[in-house]
Formats: sequence, structure tokens, C-alpha cells
Amino acid sequence: MKVSVRKLICCAVFLCLAANLCLAEESSVIPKIDGADTAWVLISAALVMLMTPGLAFFYGGLVRRKNYLNILMQCFIALAALSIQWVLFGYSLAFAPSNGFWGGLQWFGLRGVGLEPYAAYSATIPHQAFMIFQAMFAIITPALIIGAFAERMKFSAYLIFTLLWATFVYDPIAHWVWGSGGWLKNMGVMDFAGGTVVHINAGIAALVTALVIGKRSCYDKYSIAPHNLPFSVLGAALLWFGWFGFNAGSALAANGIAVNAFVVTNTAGAAAALTWALIDWKLTGNPTMLGTISGAIAGLAAITPAAGFVGVGAALIIGIAASIFCYIAVSFVKRKFHYDDSLDAFGVHGISGIWGTIATGLFATKLINPAGADGLFAGNSKQLFVQLIAVAATVIYAFIGTFIIYKLIDVVIGVRATEEQEAIGLDLTEHNERAYTMLE
Amino acid sequence: MKLIIAIIQPHRLEQVKEELYKEEVNLITVSEVLGHGRQKGVTEVYRGVRETGNLLRKVRLEIAVNENFVERTIKAITKGAKTGQTGDGKIFVVDLPECVRIRTDERGSEAIG
Repeated sequence: MKVSVRKLICCAVFLCLAANLCLAEESSVIPKIDGADTAWVLISAALVMLMTPGLAFFYGGLVRRKNYLNILMQCFIALAALSIQWVLFGYSLAFAPSNGFWGGLQWFGLRGVGLEPYAAYSATIPHQAFMIFQAMFAIITPALIIGAFAERMKFSAYLIFTLLWATFVYDPIAHWVWGSGGWLKNMGVMDFAGGTVVHINAGIAALVTALVIGKRSCYDKYSIAPHNLPFSVLGAALLWFGWFGFNAGSALAANGIAVNAFVVTNTAGAAAALTWALIDWKLTGNPTMLGTISGAIAGLAAITPAAGFVGVGAALIIGIAASIFCYIAVSFVKRKFHYDDSLDAFGVHGISGIWGTIATGLFATKLINPAGADGLFAGNSKQLFVQLIAVAATVIYAFIGTFIIYKLIDVVIGVRATEEQEAIGLDLTEHNERAYTMLE
Repeated sequence: MKLIIAIIQPHRLEQVKEELYKEEVNLITVSEVLGHGRQKGVTEVYRGVRETGNLLRKVRLEIAVNENFVERTIKAITKGAKTGQTGDGKIFVVDLPECVRIRTDERGSEAIG
């Protein structure tokens, strides 16, 4: 039997209120912690944590070897810096009840975020389990943007950008969609694990940064080849693995919805990987390794908002279409408009995030998740409209927010590395280390 | 015939190639090498420990040319590789007694171009 988390949450909230009013008896109103749910969410949090180093290898393999450590470092420092940001004030800004735009600061330093469940988010796991699970999303989302400005941003500027972006772009949008009182949540948007909050958000930020930072200085002179594709394959595999925590963990319970999310996630990723390989084969004559892993990421990203609301059939369509759309974005649109989204953070995450969020409004059905809503194909065109509003709002806010933050940092300390630093490589100039030795 | 061997900074390779193309020097062999000059390399930090005296990564160019191309080649390499700082590298010019193009068995000056 599929028991919906959200329905449970709603029931729990009402029960709590009613119990408070009628009985005022504390012991009966505290939701009960479920061992299996808590274990699954904690494991999922660990799985999602592994995605950030996975992303580091995925991106790191795609850059030239003189910038390899710089990419790894950007991802790893995000893991460190944003973990701190999250427990200090990020979680509060995203999830504390307040107005429709931002969370309040009453949970600063996790004050009041304890080991009892917080029923508005999850009635069966400790509040801190939910908090640390969400922390991993807040870490990987800014890290996704790295792909757009790889190989040419000063490390100091990157660190400030990441902290400001997480605070002023990620935290508000997370609140809109998932936070108590968030305006998109109130409108009924369906984003199971982060199509808007994570993928559109990071994808648009990637497009903006790629446009304003400009092309890598050698971009027009010669093609820049990935320095170590096997690392990228390792990274993609870790991402796929971690995505089970990302999507199935977003059920916040060890239940049928989690299993559904797990199955459709794997299906969409597989369908998209296969599709991209076939498109490659047809158009260029060879199925490429890079294309296949890019397809997998596109499919996994596209199914993210839909994972708890659609079945396997829809997952196949979402995965196949994700690769087609992203292939067009990466191979034709990027070339036509000639911007250097170096590792296709927009072309893969932005496009598939938009497609997945819209597809949720098309394919969602209450047969899968009674707590969700029906989409267009189940006869509810209003849901599609809500999904489109969420896409538009995320795109606009991420675009403007990212632009302002970038320009601000550029004016104060300068964002771009010098041409000489770029030529020598950021491993040596920014970190005074190199990834590979030659003789020893 | 001369063999011009140049040791340059890796990050100047693109500029050197551009300058060589301008002088119509199109046949070039490039390899990665390690070495250091009088400064014995820069310092690097690994986990806070400062290490000195490392061999530095350099790029070695080999270009075989006829006599009338020697000065143009040297000029192009110098122009592309010079930053004015230590570590810019060196150019060696060596006499080249023979040259054979494998595909056609041509020899000498004809085989070089």
C-alpha cells in the first residue's frame, strides 16, 4: 500500500492542532519517530553527500589537467563552507516558517531544530535528519554551477560567489517550493526532489555566469579536450548512485513512494543514457562515452521533480526526451549562440530541469501518489499551469539574483583570473599544487 | 640544414605556434619534458610543507629547417615565448647532416619542407 508522506504530514498537522485545542496533552501530540524512515533518510543524506565529490570527478575529468585540482577543490570547499552556512543560518532561511519569500531566522544555529519530528516537513523522522538531508541538496546545487565558469574564475571570488548565491538565491527558492508558507508550495507546485530548486536554479545561474565571465581565452583558437574521461565516468557513476538518495530519499520515509522514486529514477537515467548514445551514433558515427554519461545525468535530472508522482512509462518518456532536448541545447544552441558553458551545466541541468518540471505537470497521477495531484494527461490542466509558473519564477529569480551577485563581486574583488593565470592553469596559480607529476 | 631545439614555458606553446605559422614554419614536433635552469625550480606546497628544487614542466620543440629559415624560426620562437621572466627557456641550433622523408625516400633539403 502506498502511504503518502504529505497526506500523513497534513493529517499530523491537523491532528496536532486538534489535540492541542481539545486535550492539551503533550504526550499524545508528539509524532512518533519511525526507525526505518529515519535510517533511510540518514543513508540518503550520505548518498547525496557523495554526489558532490562525484560531481567533482565528473567535472574534473572534463577540464584540462592544469585545472583539475581547482575543480576538485571548488567542489570540496563547497562541501565544507556550505555545511557551515547551512547549520548557522541557511537551513533557517530556507525552512523556518515565515513569509512566502524567505524563511525566518528563528532557527539560527539550529536553535529549536531538535531530535523530535517537525510535523510540517516529516512526522516520522527527527527534525535534524530532515535538516541534514536538505543540507546535502544545498551543497550540491551551487557546486553544479561550477561547470559553467570552469578553468577561469579566481578561487577567492568563487568562494564568495558560492556563499552569497546559496544564501540569496538557493535558500529563498528552496523556501518558495518546499518551505512552510512558501508561495509556490501554497500554490500547489509539485517538485519532488528539486527540478526547480536544484536543476533549473543551478542551470540558469550557470548560463548567467557563462555569459558574464566570458569565454576561456583559447576557446576560439582550438578545441579544449577533456583531460581524463575515465574520471568523468567514475563521477557520473557516483552521481547516478547518489541520485537514489536524492530522489528516493525525498519521500522522507521508507515506503512505496520511495520505491517508486527509486525505480523511475533508474529508468529515466537509463533511457536517457541510451538515447544520447544512439543520437551520437546516428549523427556523428560513434556512440561516445562522454555523450552516454551526459545523457544519464540529463535523464536523472529530468526525473528529479517527477520521481514521486509518475510511473515507469512516464519515466521512459521523460528520460528519452531529456536527452533529445539537452543534445539540442549542447550541440546546436550553444554553438549557435557561441557562449562558453564549459561543461554544459546549463545545457544539461537547466534544460532537463525545465523539461522535468513541466513533465511533472503532464504525467503526474494520483494513482502513484494520492498526496500529489493529477497532471494534464490525467485531466488536470491547472497543474501544468502551476508548474509553468514555478519554472518561470525560478528562471527569472535565478537569472536576476545570479547576475547581481556576480556583478557585485566583480566590482569589489574581480571574478576572472588573469590571462596568464589561465594559461598557466589554476592548479598552480590558485593552489600551488599540481594533479599529476611526470617522473616520480 | 639545422635542427632547432627550443625549451619553452608550457603555457607559451600556443603563442609560439601562432608565431611559427606566421613565418610559415609548419613542421614541428612537441614533447613534454622536465628541467630547470639556474634557479633550480620554484617552491611548491604540499599539505603545508614547502618543497623546493623540483624539476619544472617545460615544452620541448624540435624543428628541422633549411638555412634560410633559421633566423625566422628563432625570431618566431622568441617572440612567442618571451615573458621577460626567468624560466622563459632556451633555443639550441644544431647542425643537421641528413634528413629522410620516409614516405617518398626524398633526402636533404627537399625532405625537410
